Amino acid sequence: MSILVNNDTRLVVQGITGKEGAFHTAQMVEYGTKVVAGVTPGKGGQKDANDIPIFNTVAEAVKETNANTSIIFVPPPFAGDACLEAIDSGVSLVICITEGIPAKDMVPVKDALNRTGVRMIGPNCPGIITPGEAKIGIMPGFIHKPKGNVGVISRSGTLTYEAVHQLTVRGIGQTTCIGIGGDPIIGTTFLDLLKLFGDDPATEGLVMIGEIGGSAEEEAAQWIVENNYDKPVVAFIAGQTAPPGRRMGHAGAIISGGKGTAADKMAALEKAGIHVCKSPADIGATMEKALKL
Amino acid sequence: MNIHEYQGKQIFREAGVPVPEGYPAFTVDEAVSVAEKIGTLPVMVKAQIHAGGRGKGGGVKIARSIEEVREHAQNILGMNLITHQTGPGGKLVQRLLVESASNIASEFYAGIVLDRSLSKFCFMVSTEGGMEIEKVAEETPERIFKVWIEPGADLEPFQARQLAFALGMEGTQIRSAVKTFMNLWNVFRDKDCSLMEINPLIVTVENEVIAVDAKINFDGNALYKHSDIAEMQDLTEEEPSEVEAKKYNLNYIKLDGTVGCMVNGAGLAMGTMDIIKLYGGEPANFLDVGGVANAETVAHGFEIILSDPNVNAILINIFGGIVRCDRVAQGVIDAMGKIEVNVPVVVRLEGTNAKAARQLFADSPLEFIVANSLEDAAEKVVKASKGEI
Repeated sequence: MSILVNNDTRLVVQGITGKEGAFHTAQMVEYGTKVVAGVTPGKGGQKDANDIPIFNTVAEAVKETNANTSIIFVPPPFAGDACLEAIDSGVSLVICITEGIPAKDMVPVKDALNRTGVRMIGPNCPGIITPGEAKIGIMPGFIHKPKGNVGVISRSGTLTYEAVHQLTVRGIGQTTCIGIGGDPIIGTTFLDLLKLFGDDPATEGLVMIGEIGGSAEEEAAQWIVENNYDKPVVAFIAGQTAPPGRRMGHAGAIISGGKGTAADKMAALEKAGIHVCKSPADIGATMEKALKL
Repeated sequence: MNIHEYQGKQIFREAGVPVPEGYPAFTVDEAVSVAEKIGTLPVMVKAQIHAGGRGKGGGVKIARSIEEVREHAQNILGMNLITHQTGPGGKLVQRLLVESASNIASEFYAGIVLDRSLSKFCFMVSTEGGMEIEKVAEETPERIFKVWIEPGADLEPFQARQLAFALGMEGTQIRSAVKTFMNLWNVFRDKDCSLMEINPLIVTVENEVIAVDAKINFDGNALYKHSDIAEMQDLTEEEPSEVEAKKYNLNYIKLDGTVGCMVNGAGLAMGTMDIIKLYGGEPANFLDVGGVANAETVAHGFEIILSDPNVNAILINIFGGIVRCDRVAQGVIDAMGKIEVNVPVVVRLEGTNAKAARQLFADSPLEFIVANSLEDAAEKVVKASKGEI
């Protein structure tokens, strides 16, 4: 079992003829993801290198190919609009990889998500993978282990790969791994995914990788307490040594006005009974132990 | 991106937000002629640096005569101003704002921020003007009043009135305040600001509402739309090595430690800093080389890390996904052939083609300390930094 993406996922790639879009489409096809359509306005009627039909609009692609999920590789100035187009098209899940979208462009996107019930992962994220079934994103597929029992939720990219690698080398497979994105406004939060993983019988444990900035980790911790969440959660918070007031690479990773520190987040998570790792090297081993408890 | 107070006030002035009459000055003589141009005394002489707490640090003075303007300008220009936001090193004052002093009857706080939990912009005001707003939020949250701007909408006049009434304004003040709040929101929206703070916003004894402060941060992701704002950036306020790194699309932040690090990905870069600290070292920097870790980016990374004289060991931590480790390894070897790296280098490469990468290091005549895992890498680089290996 898994959440959000699986063998039934039919993917449309927005920005399929761009450099990033074309490269990662090939990678996703190679992994076995069902990529059924691409969208580049003005190139409708053509086909890409993998013989995938290209459409002018996402709505047309959905109508012609029954795509149910969209992934966005559109440059930042146009990505907010691409999100709105995807939300309007009839797909139920949108994954936005683009990094560098202005926050002002994301406010209406978040509002459209709230109004329509469409789910979005990202932006500024590596995407989502259900190992062995569907890779919707830019993560390296081979580090994952299919048919597992652990879900991974992370605000990071390569740090997620690091955690997945630590699980895989211990023989711990993954149900679904999701990079939720490093921006201040993101479609899906830790809290949303804790709920979804909670309902997935195959997922027996969760890895949560947070970082400085905002209060999403604290909100997740509070929800875990209030709902007696019974699946073990292992967490790491990046940025314990980050200086205040500086954006650490991700637009959302900033301690402002003394809020959003790693120490506060770790304390809130520990209080909620979560296994908090101080070291990013301990994520796999901690999960191994937690699953045996 | 940050700008100076005088630049913020220029933007406010153009947008119809009342600010005191004032101009920037880069020399003592300029400060004097600005004061003469204003024509009325007293005037404020204010240090322009990108940090708060300037008054407490001695960077803001009132001058009641032209002689005092000269005196204060002499003292403040060129001073190393230390505030709670500059860090212990302080910041060199190279610009002044000279502006007419206001007759303050009451002081307020006004600010606009992104409320991340609600994904909406929030306009907040407080009666506690001049205080640190974080402190007010902590101790007396009831003294902060907030309204949220609905997606696709603007600050509505009724919301602006709510803000004015929450501050206890009366009579003609209300109309002035409403107009000011609406104009502040217009600036925030039109210029893609990420933060705006006016602390204090004042009502004068003459009943005028005036922004005597202007702190504006802009969304770096939206600067491509605003070349006028991008031009306002004062590069002397930035760390030179950080400015240099930006030229090569490297995300670099200088810190105070001795262990340099070069990592792909922001989260892993932070995690690497954290584990260095856990093993008893102090990270010298944050550096995310991004997805393309080739010889050129690695060479620039080395140059920037080594421009910090405190660095005595470097850890390269790359998790190869789409980027292949053997290519990164070749990049590291090529870079070290090109530039002189005179501190020990620990490399940890994991992921795609990691084995081939290790072989490349083993076959290279250059000296590397190869680590097998993240812990191993942290342990080795901290030891190398302390001269133990």
